[in-house]
Amino acid sequence: MRFVRQALAIAAKDLRAEMRTKEAWNASLAFALVILLLFSFAFEPTAEQTREIAGGLLWLVFAFAGALILNRSFARELPNDCLDALVASPVAPAALYLGKALASFLLLTAVELVALPVFGVFYNVRWTAQFWPLMLVLVLGTWALTVIGTIFSALTVNLRLRELMLPTLVYPLLVPGLMAAMQLMTPLVVGQPLGPELYDWLKLLAGFDIIFTALSLALVETVLVG
Amino acid sequence: MREKILVGLAGLAGLLLVRNLYVMLLELPDEAAQGAIYRIIFFHVPAAWTAFVCFFVALVASVLYLLRKNLRYDAVAVSATEVGLAFGAVNLVTGMIWARIIWGIWWTWDARLTSMLVCWLLYAGYLMLRRAVEDPTLRARFAAVFSIFAFVDVPIVWFSIKWWRTQHPGPVVWGGGSMDPAMYQMLFLNWVPVLLLGAVLTLLRMRLEETQRAVEALRQFR
Repeated sequence: MRFVRQALAIAAKDLRAEMRTKEAWNASLAFALVILLLFSFAFEPTAEQTREIAGGLLWLVFAFAGALILNRSFARELPNDCLDALVASPVAPAALYLGKALASFLLLTAVELVALPVFGVFYNVRWTAQFWPLMLVLVLGTWALTVIGTIFSALTVNLRLRELMLPTLVYPLLVPGLMAAMQLMTPLVVGQPLGPELYDWLKLLAGFDIIFTALSLALVETVLVG
Repeated sequence: MREKILVGLAGLAGLLLVRNLYVMLLELPDEAAQGAIYRIIFFHVPAAWTAFVCFFVALVASVLYLLRKNLRYDAVAVSATEVGLAFGAVNLVTGMIWARIIWGIWWTWDARLTSMLVCWLLYAGYLMLRRAVEDPTLRARFAAVFSIFAFVDVPIVWFSIKWWRTQHPGPVVWGGGSMDPAMYQMLFLNWVPVLLLGAVLTLLRMRLEETQRAVEALRQFR
């Protein structure tokens, strides 16, 4: 119980700080929209072929936008040595990690929920037809992104070239999770239901989330404290 | 003593390799469907196995480092990973040469190729991460954590890509037929020198790492 309260307090603190500055949110959203625009030059936006790669495109946008949010997650604590204070506080490192992951998760989901309708308009897809299954995939995929992104945000926070190291380390690790999310998203975003052949991918995505949440919770103390 | 073991192991690997090359090139016949090029498998497959052994050694050393905080384990982890990457590169490159001749293309997004490439990129990330951290104990700690993440990820990558590609079949991976027993045996026989070579290279790299650490320690008292 205490653990959950601590995690929620950290998440609320992060979200409050973000609401006031909006630095990660603005950067991430603007970046997502710019990439959506750039994609329209890479191929014909209204062509039938676009529908076949829609899921992949969206998750690329989300992964890029996510990296901007996750970079800030721990970097935000660097001024005034806030990170040292947080680590020294009675908050368990795992609770600190979970709170930060939760805050990044909510922020990234918010960015995605703005990007989705924009995608629907620009690329002429009826993404609301399968709304709830789509939300399920969105939540599972975004959690996969944030759970790995947050632990590596903690790991890279004090490094040289932090902004470059995070995506370089995180994207290859994310391959299975992103692939599952892309497979699932492709039919859903153009309004087709999930076929039973895709249930295995749903299981893979959920399993990916569980494995890496457990691994991150187990290792975060090693990363932050040693 | 250590020097003698190293030279001995390297010599043994060399002898075995010469013997195997003799059998491979002069005694084993060309494969019926593929001709002479099939011989590349005797290095291609053992290189992959050796790479995975290296990554497993790196995982064990990383866990031991986190438990014992002894920098020797970190030296083992980085040496094994580097050698594993070299053998992974051998695997990828020999595979590409074979594919160019048999399939007519350098690369295809088949399950094995893709997962080996992802695996290679993951461990290349490990080395990049090490370069970005100055402090040796911090570097060892972060690298160990990353090594654990990478090792857990590789099997998941393998299964997911296999599913993905079985849904959209790619080109035929292997003739589908089984291998001649003499050739099959050679595959394992040649793994011995390749693995020995991997061990020698890892030990050499470890010595380098320890010397480097000694130099760094001396610099502190300048």
